[in-house]
Amino acid sequence: MMHIKTELTERHTLSITVANEPGILARIAGMFTARGYNISSLTVADVTEDHAVSRITIVTAGPPGVIEQIIAQLDRLVPVHRVVDLTELGPHVERELALVKVQGTGDHRIEALRLAEVYRARVVDATTSSFVFEVTGGPEKIDKFLELMREVGLVEVARTGVAAIARGKEAV
Amino acid sequence: MIGEPPNPGGLVCKVSGMIVEKSGADILIEALCDLGVEVVFGYPGGAVLPIYDALFQQKRIRHVLVRQEGGAAHAAEGYARSTGKPGVVLVTSGPGATNVVTGLADALMDSIPIVVITGQVATHLIGTDAFQEADTVGITRHCTKHNYLVKDPAKLGDIVHEAFHIATSGRPGPVVIDLPKDVQVATAVYRRPSETTLHKNYKPQVKAETALIEQAVEMLGRAERPILYTGGGVINSGPAASQLLRELARITGAPVTSTLMGLGAFPASSEQWLGMLGMHGTYEANMAMNEADLILNLGARFDDRVTGRLDAFSPRSKRIHVDIDRSSINKTVRADLGLVGDVGRVMEDLIRIWKARSPTQPDLKAWWKKIEGWRDKKSLAFPPSKREIMPQHAIRALWEATRIKKPIITTEVGQHQMWAAQHFDFEQPNKWLTSGGLGTMGYGLPAAIGAQIGNPNALVIDIAGEASILMNIQEMATATQYRLPVKVFILNNEYMGMVRQWQELTYSSRYSESYSEALPDFVALAEAFGWKGLRIENPDALDGGIAEMLAHDGPVMVDCRVAKLANCFPMIPSGAAHTDMILQAEEVSGEMDDEAKALV
Repeated sequence: MMHIKTELTERHTLSITVANEPGILARIAGMFTARGYNISSLTVADVTEDHAVSRITIVTAGPPGVIEQIIAQLDRLVPVHRVVDLTELGPHVERELALVKVQGTGDHRIEALRLAEVYRARVVDATTSSFVFEVTGGPEKIDKFLELMREVGLVEVARTGVAAIARGKEAV
Repeated sequence: MIGEPPNPGGLVCKVSGMIVEKSGADILIEALCDLGVEVVFGYPGGAVLPIYDALFQQKRIRHVLVRQEGGAAHAAEGYARSTGKPGVVLVTSGPGATNVVTGLADALMDSIPIVVITGQVATHLIGTDAFQEADTVGITRHCTKHNYLVKDPAKLGDIVHEAFHIATSGRPGPVVIDLPKDVQVATAVYRRPSETTLHKNYKPQVKAETALIEQAVEMLGRAERPILYTGGGVINSGPAASQLLRELARITGAPVTSTLMGLGAFPASSEQWLGMLGMHGTYEANMAMNEADLILNLGARFDDRVTGRLDAFSPRSKRIHVDIDRSSINKTVRADLGLVGDVGRVMEDLIRIWKARSPTQPDLKAWWKKIEGWRDKKSLAFPPSKREIMPQHAIRALWEATRIKKPIITTEVGQHQMWAAQHFDFEQPNKWLTSGGLGTMGYGLPAAIGAQIGNPNALVIDIAGEASILMNIQEMATATQYRLPVKVFILNNEYMGMVRQWQELTYSSRYSESYSEALPDFVALAEAFGWKGLRIENPDALDGGIAEMLAHDGPVMVDCRVAKLANCFPMIPSGAAHTDMILQAEEVSGEMDDEAKALV
């Protein structure tokens, strides 16, 4: 009998600047699937005045050798300008935004609102039996918020995925 | 019209004010001419009719009509590999484009520079499931180095120039330009781009850092059991790199082995040559890799066919890895020292610094004595036969008869390919064209056609198997049309021999679908295509048959009937270590466990 083996993985946040050209996202996402790498989260938007450059933030996981390969494989794609491993680089800020719909009345509704306050979530929509909260923070904070909301009537979530930037005055 | 500039190609130009506008098709031709393209391998169809019309009206670029688009891609590969120039392909949309996909994947794996221009339906029809529409950029994204969909004829010229630059620089590879039909017809201005306007972000590193080179020289100078492990990168770096490799081997005194793709970069007649390494490599090459204390990898990529079982690969060595592609370094085998750069440039620096320092090397005599011991095993020896033609003997006879002509050899994929790699000796680069990484059956005949087009006076021989040759047999007509005197030498054993060999080794000789049933009469087939056909059936007729093949100045197909059940040895079974080599056929038996069966 043969079984497929798995290896221990570590989580890395990569910042990739790319030429803003058609198909670039497919090229990057496709490279991950073609080589069997993992994408936990991916965000992308153009970030320069002339819309020529996009910044992609990818959260991935893998053994150290695989992370090294992912970076090298990204780097050899022709439209990729630069790949920075923020996890390797040092302190950095990660943020994502979630929109969270909660249904309920009575105590659940009051508790949801109270928890939202603790998490600095804003109410962006309300009916007599529901709220939509907007919450921002690191992925762990969002996870924790959602875990609590599940107990008080969570029905729907939309998350943006992680955007990240290095701390300090230097630009990468 | 007064003031209109000369129009050398006889192309129809539209004039708007003082600036000459040309159709997308004419811009393409103009850009190809500016890039020095002399020949295009292609096949017409609806979505490239404007380009074919532009081709018709000019004389600078020669078009070679293949018989299936897949043949065009391999012909372009053969042309590129044998001339050092990029191969160019022109095919239509939809099936034209999908038929070249295997060739693209092949060129990507083996780092062969080709530029493939595919027709596409008009831009307003893209995405509507139009006739002969396929998502070519989507389909080819992961089997090209880069690809483009051109929507504006004004950008076409720059894109063509950039495509050639990307295909030929850094680690070479295939590039696709998908060109909608309306963009071929619409007009724009074409200007030859200057170097500075192109490829702002694509700058492959060709020179390695001096400090790292110095470190490499130091490691190499201290090594007691060094080995140079060379690959296709040395060929890609150009003929000068092969000369530098000879110099590097001379000054270091190290033995040299090579991957399948690197054969010819180092002369097989050299005393320092160990032969090919890997799954069907020589005993001395694999044992030297296993016992080396320093491996200098020059433009090879530690492919699984080379390393065998990774955890048992060369356990006592330090590894220096030189590669122009950073992702090759540490991909499968960890390097103690990685040098990103063009292997030719790196060798140049290595030699210069070595000579300046002239390190006091340890005595390599003991190392060479060990190697001689391994050589004495004569791992390429094969059982002789008076009744049957041994395939290895046929290759050796072919080599003896042709070596003086320095032939270009192409192959298909399988046993015959490995026998050719083992028994045909190469002294020069660019003479050995084979599908290494992808292992594409059907590569050899179209590659031979491309090589013959690029080298009209060379002797070009496709060493084939009877199964592989049928995969692109239609290209015989291409050779006939252009009077290309290619020779196809089929080692006919009536089996997909390598499949059968693995079935013997792994599946208790259950020959599942590996017998070549219903073979054509290859002599009659040759004649039907206007070729000369020959059959060689016994060892006594071998030399005479080869002489007859060589004496004919047109295309020849030789049906050489070889020993049916001969197997290719030595062999490291898939997933085994270098030290677990099978040297002779008697050792082959039985069934393998599931772990081994799961390996390719």
